[in-house]
Amino acid sequence: MSANAKTSIHQTDQALGRLAKRKAKENRFRYAGIAAVVIAMVMLGWLVVSLVGTGYTAFFQHYLTITVTLSESDLDPHGARDADQLRKANYRKIIQQALYSRFPDVTDRRGKRSLFHTVSASGATNQVRQMVYQDPDLVGRKITITVPTSDDVDQLLKGHIDRDAPEDLRKVSDQQIEWVDQMVASGDLTLEFNWRFFTSADSRDPELAGIAGAVVGSIMALGVAFMLSVPVGVGAAVYLEEFAPHNRLTDFIEININNLAAVPSIVFGLLGLAVFLNFFGLPRSAPLVGGMVLGLMTLPTIIIATRSALRAVSPSIIDGALSLGASHTQAVFHHKVPLAASGILTGSIIGMAQALGETAPLLMIGMVAFVTEIPTSVMEPASALPVQIFLWSDSAERAWAERTSAAIIVLLLVLITMNAIAIFLRSRLERRW
Amino acid sequence: MEAAQTNYIGSIGLKPSMGEVIEMMASAPATETTKTKFECRDVEVFYSDKRALHGINMDVPDSGVTALIGPSGCGKSTFLRVFNRMNDTIPNARVAGQILMDGQDIYSKDIDPVLLRARVGMVFQKPNPFPKSIYDNVAYGPRIHGLALRKNDLDNIVEKSLVRAGLWNEVKDRLKEPGTGLSGGQQQRLVIARAIAVSPEVILMDEPASALDPIATAKLEELIDELKEKYCILIVTHSMAQAARVSQKTAFFHLGDLVEYDDTQTIFTNPKDQRTQDYITGRTG
Ligand SMILES: Nc1ncnc2c1ncn2[C@@H]1O[C@H](COP(=O)(O)OP(=O)(O)O)[C@@H](O)[C@H]1O
Ligand SMILES: [Mg+2]
Repeated sequence: MSANAKTSIHQTDQALGRLAKRKAKENRFRYAGIAAVVIAMVMLGWLVVSLVGTGYTAFFQHYLTITVTLSESDLDPHGARDADQLRKANYRKIIQQALYSRFPDVTDRRGKRSLFHTVSASGATNQVRQMVYQDPDLVGRKITITVPTSDDVDQLLKGHIDRDAPEDLRKVSDQQIEWVDQMVASGDLTLEFNWRFFTSADSRDPELAGIAGAVVGSIMALGVAFMLSVPVGVGAAVYLEEFAPHNRLTDFIEININNLAAVPSIVFGLLGLAVFLNFFGLPRSAPLVGGMVLGLMTLPTIIIATRSALRAVSPSIIDGALSLGASHTQAVFHHKVPLAASGILTGSIIGMAQALGETAPLLMIGMVAFVTEIPTSVMEPASALPVQIFLWSDSAERAWAERTSAAIIVLLLVLITMNAIAIFLRSRLERRW
Repeated sequence: MEAAQTNYIGSIGLKPSMGEVIEMMASAPATETTKTKFECRDVEVFYSDKRALHGINMDVPDSGVTALIGPSGCGKSTFLRVFNRMNDTIPNARVAGQILMDGQDIYSKDIDPVLLRARVGMVFQKPNPFPKSIYDNVAYGPRIHGLALRKNDLDNIVEKSLVRAGLWNEVKDRLKEPGTGLSGGQQQRLVIARAIAVSPEVILMDEPASALDPIATAKLEELIDELKEKYCILIVTHSMAQAARVSQKTAFFHLGDLVEYDDTQTIFTNPKDQRTQDYITGRTG
């Protein structure tokens, strides 16, 4: 036996050498794989760290608590409480007076102007205007309100503006720094969660700008895209897969669907511009048009996902149904489509996630507008989340950079959530039996 | 492989081996002549241009079990699918010739394959219960054919079918559980119950035991023995011992030809054709 083993050709030195070589080769391959994974993870980590690093501060915002006197002589000299008059009144003066009385030493015009610029000029005035307009009884009273600081003060306190830089090179003056420090010390200037970022539409002032308008625009566009592409895509896929005859025409259609999936998205934007806007005369910048364009773009993804989900259903199940006397249509709709549902759903969600991140086609149909109102219908002008990011990324100020990153974080979180739901549904539905 | 399995079953005392079966049959009274269920006249099946069956002529009796045997690829499954027109569902498959069921051509224009399949049930090689509850598996056929008007009727059909398939006692407390959670043998009996539920006249079985262990196989054969009292059964099997045990008639196929068709007893004791003899003695196949 042992003599036999020694003479085996798998025990010779050459054989052992070959084995060592094979092992070395396999190890090299494994290290290359690990290296690839590490590189990918490092890049991804870098992206996330830099985004979160620049973006997280946008979720917080500095606010100043001041006491304003809503004197009747300023707001409503005639005492009529006329809504129009209340809206037109000079609220800027109200805010200014509140600040001047907080720092009575400031008397020169330049000093007063730069004091006023520590708060968000339009943010504070609009806030008071809204309060008075909604409750005219406030006129003549003294109220304490919390208003956003200007973006420069906010950035200063967040440490994004260098206090040690020469005064003419920084956006806040020495005087302003002094006031701000005093207000911080007195507890009137505080850091709060930036709700406004999630509840407001776009604005010219970064401290007032939010993503709500863009989010609503995106939701509307996605809703339209979903209602267009899922029924049409699933219907087309079921028909092509189960009922269509196999001939040159269906082959041609099939090839074109696959090609369509590879068409750059901006082409769909051009199509939307030419057909929906110019031919059908639908309004520009409307989520309806954006949604239709995104829906068309997602259609091939959904058709392909649905067909492969249908194909993955075991033919033995269908044979079982047919052998009981089910018609082909019954077998398809009672068994095949329900069993493919999780795949169809996953494909649809992934298609929708793709559509959510799409920017180029929306630029083509004008969803790139500066819209300061949250849209209330799909026919109103709106922006979309990725387009909002694109718009903000154009501005150089630190306050905008911070908000751009924050909006990207929100977009990524939504995308990750959608994909997680897709994965959850797939595992959930598939394991049901 | 065939021999090994036969011996195994024989040795653990589950079922008599093929030799024992043949001895028993030799002493059994000759089968009485019965009515004909199917008459096949020059049946040919083509896959694209390839002819898989070459003009089969064969009468299937109304009662009892008819076994189809032969080496793999000889066309047994193809022939079985002729009887419920399942070949219609295979793209490129084409059937020529005449198959009469109770004297009526099942390939004529006025026969709807969907209704034919309700009369001719089928059990496949791999158990294929629907990924639904045990109850819904059995209830599916009656539902699509509208056989039960009330829930109560449906419950009765489900129970009766499961009883007849010998599965009721094992599953009666878990009808709501998935059919795919049963063991292989139970799944195969569930599929039989599912077929029985639509009250077919004929049950086609394509190697129903090939995915089962010997004990489940024995149970299935027992069931087939009971079912033959009520249904005309055609069974494809690669186990000659099984054919010998369960069938009264046996047809031997070879390369698309029906070589020999006779009483099972005759085929196994006194085959006329050399090819049949070679196959059943294990020299080919
Ligand atoms: N769907 C099909 N398409 C093309 N050829 C087929 C198909 N099914 C079976 N065949 C061919 O027909 C012949 C008979 O097959 P089959 O009836 O499955 O044999 P068996 O069941 O006896 O093993 C084989 O040559 C097989 O290759
Ligand atoms: Mg077969």
